[in-house]
Amino acid sequence: MNLGDIVAERDFVLTRDSLVRYAGASGDFNPIHYRDDVAQSVGLSGVLAHGMLTMGFAVQPVVDWAGDPGKVLDYQVRFTRPVPVDAVDGAVVTVIAKVGALEAGVARIDLTVTFDGQTVLGKAQVRVSIP
Amino acid sequence: MNPELAGRVFPSAAPYLVGREKIREFSRAVFATSPLSMDVAAARAAGYDDLVAPPTFPVVIQEQTLQQLLAEPDAGIDFSRVVHGDQRFTFTRPIVAGDELTATLTVASVKSLGGHSMVTAESSIVDASGQHVVTAISTLVVRGDE
Repeated sequence: MNLGDIVAERDFVLTRDSLVRYAGASGDFNPIHYRDDVAQSVGLSGVLAHGMLTMGFAVQPVVDWAGDPGKVLDYQVRFTRPVPVDAVDGAVVTVIAKVGALEAGVARIDLTVTFDGQTVLGKAQVRVSIP
Repeated sequence: MNPELAGRVFPSAAPYLVGREKIREFSRAVFATSPLSMDVAAARAAGYDDLVAPPTFPVVIQEQTLQQLLAEPDAGIDFSRVVHGDQRFTFTRPIVAGDELTATLTVASVKSLGGHSMVTAESSIVDASGQHVVTAISTLVVRGDE
């Protein structure tokens, strides 16, 4: 493993169903994640994905690469741009995971997470235990 | 927002019992495909007592403590203006089904920046024996008048 190596890459297709499922699983029932009228009343173009949903799936390619969710020691992100999810077309979010740093027993994997050509998470870093 | 919130420690939330089906439900919701989060035999073969939760699962437990913060009478946080700025989870060990977890919120800092306020809330989550499992850290941005 070398700095800059891409360890995983995956596209996630979000639909309104994905947002309703995440609302139920997480307990975050903010209506801006399932009602266009409420989202528009606060100045948004329409329903947005939960930031925590994006954070939640963006780490999955790293979990699969590591082979064990328990290998994740630390995970942080900054929410820099919302992900609008169209009622018909949904949204495709791309995750690219690269080796950002290596130290004894730990790899820092940096995530580039994009929607529509723009990054939606900043400083998205996963510290993973490695053999 | 009330700057005197900084340093405040809230009463611990009620203990949260991590269910096997809750881990499966949350795993499906975040597109997790690890067998260690879905298949008990696979989790045991990997050395765990039961299913292993995905890395962002602690948000479910942290959520109880953030509600305490937003409901604090003197906090002055208008929920309709709150935006999630950043999030971090720092683990001592992974969460597994059967864990009984208790979260305690501390307000790490309160800052003002160009009319906005930022509060950083740290929820320390411990198991039934009091051992640290994970700390969930959220920075919430409260937008000022525009």
